[in-house]
Amino acid sequence: MGERLPQMNQAKGSSEKKPVATRDAYGEALLELGRERKEVVVLDADLSGSTKTGKFAKAFPDRFYNLGISEQDLIGTASGLSLAGKLPFASTFAVFETGRAWEQIRQTICYSNLNVKLVATHSGITVGEDGASHQAIEDVTLMRVLPNMTVIVPSDGPETRQVIRAVADYRGPVYVRLGRAKVPAVMPEDYIFQIGKAHTFHLGKDVNIVAMGIMVSVALESAKILTGEGIDAGVINMSTIKPLDTETLLLASKACGLIVTAEEHSVIGGLGGAVSEFLSEKNPRRLLRIGIKDNFGCSGTPKELLKFYGLTADDMVKTIKEALA
Amino acid sequence: MMRPEITEADLVSLKEKSRILRIEILKMLAEAGSGHTGGSLSAADIVAALYFSKMRHNPKDPKWKERDRFILSKGHAAPVLYAALALSGYFEKTLLKTLRKLGSPLQGHPCSKLLPGVEISTGSLGQGLSIANGIALGLKMDGLNSRVYCLLGDGEIQEGQVWEAAMTAAHYKLDNLCAIIDNNGLQIDGHCCDVMYIEPIVKKWDAFGWHVIDINGHDMEAILAALNEAEMLEGKPTMIVARTVKGKGVSLFEGKVEYHGLAPSRDELEIALKELEK
Repeated sequence: MGERLPQMNQAKGSSEKKPVATRDAYGEALLELGRERKEVVVLDADLSGSTKTGKFAKAFPDRFYNLGISEQDLIGTASGLSLAGKLPFASTFAVFETGRAWEQIRQTICYSNLNVKLVATHSGITVGEDGASHQAIEDVTLMRVLPNMTVIVPSDGPETRQVIRAVADYRGPVYVRLGRAKVPAVMPEDYIFQIGKAHTFHLGKDVNIVAMGIMVSVALESAKILTGEGIDAGVINMSTIKPLDTETLLLASKACGLIVTAEEHSVIGGLGGAVSEFLSEKNPRRLLRIGIKDNFGCSGTPKELLKFYGLTADDMVKTIKEALA
Repeated sequence: MMRPEITEADLVSLKEKSRILRIEILKMLAEAGSGHTGGSLSAADIVAALYFSKMRHNPKDPKWKERDRFILSKGHAAPVLYAALALSGYFEKTLLKTLRKLGSPLQGHPCSKLLPGVEISTGSLGQGLSIANGIALGLKMDGLNSRVYCLLGDGEIQEGQVWEAAMTAAHYKLDNLCAIIDNNGLQIDGHCCDVMYIEPIVKKWDAFGWHVIDINGHDMEAILAALNEAEMLEGKPTMIVARTVKGKGVSLFEGKVEYHGLAPSRDELEIALKELEK
């Protein structure tokens, strides 16, 4: 089981809720979906215990396929099942799914626009002690560049459950990025996830932080600190990276002079890349990207690593204050 | 699932289909001015046996649920697939002239979004067998007795994913799957076994848990017998190792590695058609 990330527990709104890893929420959501929809099949590449697809496997052994340690075959087999009218969810660690099998995803799934759901866990540095080989910080970039692909990064457990239901109803390839570590619930009780629709917690007049995944909770914590210091800081959960919610981005960029993107991912080509590409064409603003700066991850506890790579609320507050000074 | 016995007349008619496939392949390649001649010609007899005898399919309803599936894993042999689809009636034969041209559904490598009858886009080698496995698993889940055929190149089996898929098919006992290797011995850089040693092909597939049938891939009777044998077999996937000649049917191209990725010139087409129309 993943570690709790202590500094994220003060996120406002749902602090009383128990933190859960998005991968655990995925395991539960799959189980529900499996009960309701007979066409749902699940594939894994020898990591079903870690990705939490093992729960589905136990409940529906006839609809679960373990492909062994072979990610390229995982993608191909999922594609074939989709061609036979099934609704496949294919899971493994993000680095192997998007990296090892990238060209299979490109050629077979995206080019033919197949209805395959790629749900990868163990994204980002909060994988922890396993180190760089297992920490995907390039996956959003790799998936975002593919035509026909939709890219979603849920921020917490409840949002993940909604995302899994939404992608099951959506027809076409989707990449969902999940994590290993427990994260606090940050989304409001009445929040309804829609593909391509960002959630604005608050629109700031000084700065708006556009975050994805676990960085939403860090952004909320930063905004609280900044507000206490008289800076009007907004937070947006951009859980769909592709298609990007450009309407919300335009509003946010028009409301303030500084946009900050925050991702547990490389600053190259991910959320920061997507937001920069859009705003530099449509409404140029001062923009800072918080994330991994063209570097690999390393071993450590998730908490240590967030500090090491400058992804804590303190780091974010410092960056924003310097920019606004 | 039993098919009627193959008669002498059927064989004659199928051989005629192969001949017409080869003519159409050469004509469309010459018109396109580029494309893969050798590997399209070497697979013509296998494809003819599948599309004009063995496979259940309906050109008027390409997505018919109970159809047999054909996956062209060696996607560069697109011309042989396009010719078979056109002759079957999936689309007008005149479309063959548009091969590789801007706006044509006949892309350089097969695109399932553009052309009815193409099950899945291929062209990047090594991926078809995994896809065929997935379809075979789905068909079994639905209790359908449709069969899945997958044609691979011999050079293609140098791709690691092929062996991942080989394990999967045997592990899941996919006896509704029959793969065929177009074993023409050549790949773009030379003889397969000079570029990267692939033998012993039969022993390899046998060791991976497949039923292997070793045949002359230009002997129509042998092809049909092997396809029937595969259909009868239970509990295992079948690999037909079809020994073929690259460029088969046209002496100008037979066994010539340079015609892997070269289209016939106008003059060569004329010579080739003369030979095929004899």
